[in-house]
Amino acid sequence: MQFLPSHDVLIIGAGLAGQRAALAAAQTGVSVAIMSKVHPVRSHSVAAAGGMNAAIAVDDDWTEHAYDTVKGSDFLGDQDAIEIMCSEAPGEVMHLEHIGVTFYRNATGHLDLRAFGGASKKRTAYVADITGQAILHVLYEQLMRHHLTVARFEEWFVSSLILDDDGECTGAVARNIRSGDMQIFNAKSVILASGGAGQCYKPTTNALICTADGIAQAYAIGAPLMDMEMVQYHPTTLAENGFLITEGARGEGAHLLNSEGRRFMEDYAPNKMELASRDVVSRAEQTEINEGRGVGADGQGIYLDITVVPKKRVLEALREIVNIGRDFAGTDITREPIMIRPGQHYIMGGVKTDVDGRTPVTGLYAAGEVACVSVHGGNRLGANSLLDTLIFGRRSGEHAAQRGTDMPMPAAPESRLREDVARIDAIIARERGGRRISAIKDELGAMMNDKVAVFRDEQGLQEALEIIGRLKQESDVAAIDDRGTVFNQDVLGAIELGYLLDAAECTVVAAIERKESRGAQFRTDYPERDDEQWLKHIDLTRGEDGSPEISYSEVTITQWQPEVRKY
Amino acid sequence: MAEYTLKLRRYDPESGEPAYWDEHTVELEPHRSVLEAILQAKALHDGSIGIRCSCRAAICGSCGVRVNGKPGLACHTHLDKAQRGARDGVIEVEPMGNMPVIKDLIVDMDAVHWKKIQRVTPWLEAKQPVPEREYVVAHESMVDVTQSMACIQCGACLSDCLSMEVDPLFVGPAALAKAYRFVGDPRDAQTATRLQDLADDPHGIYDCTHCFKCIDACPKGVAPMSQIMRLRRRAGNDFHIFDANNGERHERAFVSLVRQYGLLNEAELLPRSYGGDSPLAKFKPVAAKELASSLPAIAKALLRRKVTPAAVLKPHKLAASDLKAVKRIYDTIEGRDERVELNLYISGRDEDLLP
Repeated sequence: MQFLPSHDVLIIGAGLAGQRAALAAAQTGVSVAIMSKVHPVRSHSVAAAGGMNAAIAVDDDWTEHAYDTVKGSDFLGDQDAIEIMCSEAPGEVMHLEHIGVTFYRNATGHLDLRAFGGASKKRTAYVADITGQAILHVLYEQLMRHHLTVARFEEWFVSSLILDDDGECTGAVARNIRSGDMQIFNAKSVILASGGAGQCYKPTTNALICTADGIAQAYAIGAPLMDMEMVQYHPTTLAENGFLITEGARGEGAHLLNSEGRRFMEDYAPNKMELASRDVVSRAEQTEINEGRGVGADGQGIYLDITVVPKKRVLEALREIVNIGRDFAGTDITREPIMIRPGQHYIMGGVKTDVDGRTPVTGLYAAGEVACVSVHGGNRLGANSLLDTLIFGRRSGEHAAQRGTDMPMPAAPESRLREDVARIDAIIARERGGRRISAIKDELGAMMNDKVAVFRDEQGLQEALEIIGRLKQESDVAAIDDRGTVFNQDVLGAIELGYLLDAAECTVVAAIERKESRGAQFRTDYPERDDEQWLKHIDLTRGEDGSPEISYSEVTITQWQPEVRKY
Repeated sequence: MAEYTLKLRRYDPESGEPAYWDEHTVELEPHRSVLEAILQAKALHDGSIGIRCSCRAAICGSCGVRVNGKPGLACHTHLDKAQRGARDGVIEVEPMGNMPVIKDLIVDMDAVHWKKIQRVTPWLEAKQPVPEREYVVAHESMVDVTQSMACIQCGACLSDCLSMEVDPLFVGPAALAKAYRFVGDPRDAQTATRLQDLADDPHGIYDCTHCFKCIDACPKGVAPMSQIMRLRRRAGNDFHIFDANNGERHERAFVSLVRQYGLLNEAELLPRSYGGDSPLAKFKPVAAKELASSLPAIAKALLRRKVTPAAVLKPHKLAASDLKAVKRIYDTIEGRDERVELNLYISGRDEDLLP
């Protein structure tokens, strides 16, 4: 017996955005399915450490949060979306608190707030330095509680999104990783919540599962991608292997030191020092390194000195980085500085959506890192990503549920299933020869980290584009070893590599196009911001020949005109 | 760079063949992880090696395995350390125990781990009315439950749980740590119900045998057994709940015996566990019945000289000064206003506290 899953709302990805969308949609009474290629608690939201921004302090106001976000975005963020995100933030924090998130308290028993980069006030609610994990696990508790109303498809891999004859998205084809069985999932609306594209880079703070799946799947059916050139390098990733050291460390008062033992941030951001925006701090560090003031044997590191934070505070509020320092760098952060450097962390760009998560493809929504609303513009503030996932996850879930009320359930033809089965079988049956998937992926990652990083220029970007073209050809014929069906991770890896190459190509094309420096995009050949020419989003759509076609869209400005950005 | 040989336990459910060992040699720096070694073998030699993994940084909880027979995360075990623990210089990696194997190093966590989590009502039953803003609660209480919130659901603690091996229905270390996360949460309205539920279940909090294996296995310092002991103290001391396994009375018997004699008096342990502190305890019907059914065990203990007939009649005797010292310990602990609970997030590890 074949089972034919049909749901009002199908959510792909079960991190914070996906789980929040599922719970919001289910609350309206519609039928909901949530699907993920990993068990939901393995989603990369689990790694978000520092916290979640919301103007809940009595002396704070959401408009200040919104202004900080606009400024952080280097004025590329859409201000209508930013206003929604920041004004709804306090309510969302309280909702999480009421369903069980164990936010840390202050001496009076109210929610405590810590300082974070680019913020004019302390406004980051947190759970030690495992905030993402705490929220993700609490949302999963709610999914367990509502197991009768939200169907979970854990360890299912989406092979493609379904587009009907009218160009509407009506579901997905997916493979049960455990059995290799494939199915059509019909749905009135599909919400993509499948995360970012960090694995385009090596090293990256992102998990191995962050392979641009949703970005490439949406792009494949004609949805535009926006702001893809904006790739965030986090200022404090472990020099050793690229693991994340939370911004919370600097929020709690840690210093950045160069080889002269000096807090060099005074030269770059005298007011905010270590707590300037991430793009500013990462560029400062890279400049110090490039000018010979880096630390470590190869001079490629910077010291993060956490010993200035009281030990009791480190133990209760930064426990995770105590562990990471000890286990992965052999450093006791309570006694000595730890060596860090800027590392790929987040993509501001993604599938273009409106403030309800709708993409230009009818029936397709996106929320979280896969999406670009755009609330982050050229640079995301720390602790705004959890907020983004939850606010726009919820709004997508509510809107998608509402949309389906008077619609008939779509039914995709069986041929769509057969196409995907044949495509995957063909990969499994590929003849041996060519390069290994892992070698192609490694080359891509190292190349991106070399040429499409903190500092970029025309020549490097053109070289990057050429290399990606070659890697695409190589990946089309790369053979795999696993011929089986149960947990064939090999064939999934081959498909993911294709997704990564699509996303990387879009990033490079957009970075070549934007001939200015703004936010995370710093062009050494165009070092200034140019509002006259480039105060606009770059949108990319897949062209007939498979390469990206460029168009532009306006930045929405409501109350804050662009101004010189200083920290 | 150094060379390491990995011996992976492989199982292909489609082959019809039993599990087998598969060796690969990799080259990596000694402080790299066992996971990186497996991923290198997978990348360079055999892409069909099955292992769940994602974050590589001991946060996502995907890569629970046994390395040289010990459960833990592959990404959290350094190669040099694994090499030191290896037999014949070969690092053995096997799937976790107590859960069915799906393929190679991948086990069915739904069949065991997640079922048990679902068992403990794993969501907040919030106190009513829900306030408009946050619940006002002590900072310490949130820091306290963070130790169990820190659990990443990797399953390492289940893998070698001795109680679960004997009693597959045991709720188990991970789920009970999860239960403490709600019992310790001042915003939860169901504390008494939760404790009663876990005490009434013969596979609940008193089904743990204090073997410490889960504490050793946990990569995140959650110390599941400590959370289980805290559930017991909350149930027994604070809510006066007597459990289905008679565990609470048994613990009280220990405490009263050591208070009286300074040492354990095995001969009196069983009568007191069932009959209470009275000298006539052993003549209470319930105790007598339990004694009778324990006679074979007692006989065996006598035969193996774990207990001597003399000791049964004449309890251990401690020097008066030592007995006084024991009493002082009791007085100090019982004189405290609050129970002191060990918590990693509050006290840190021993090595953290060195000057």
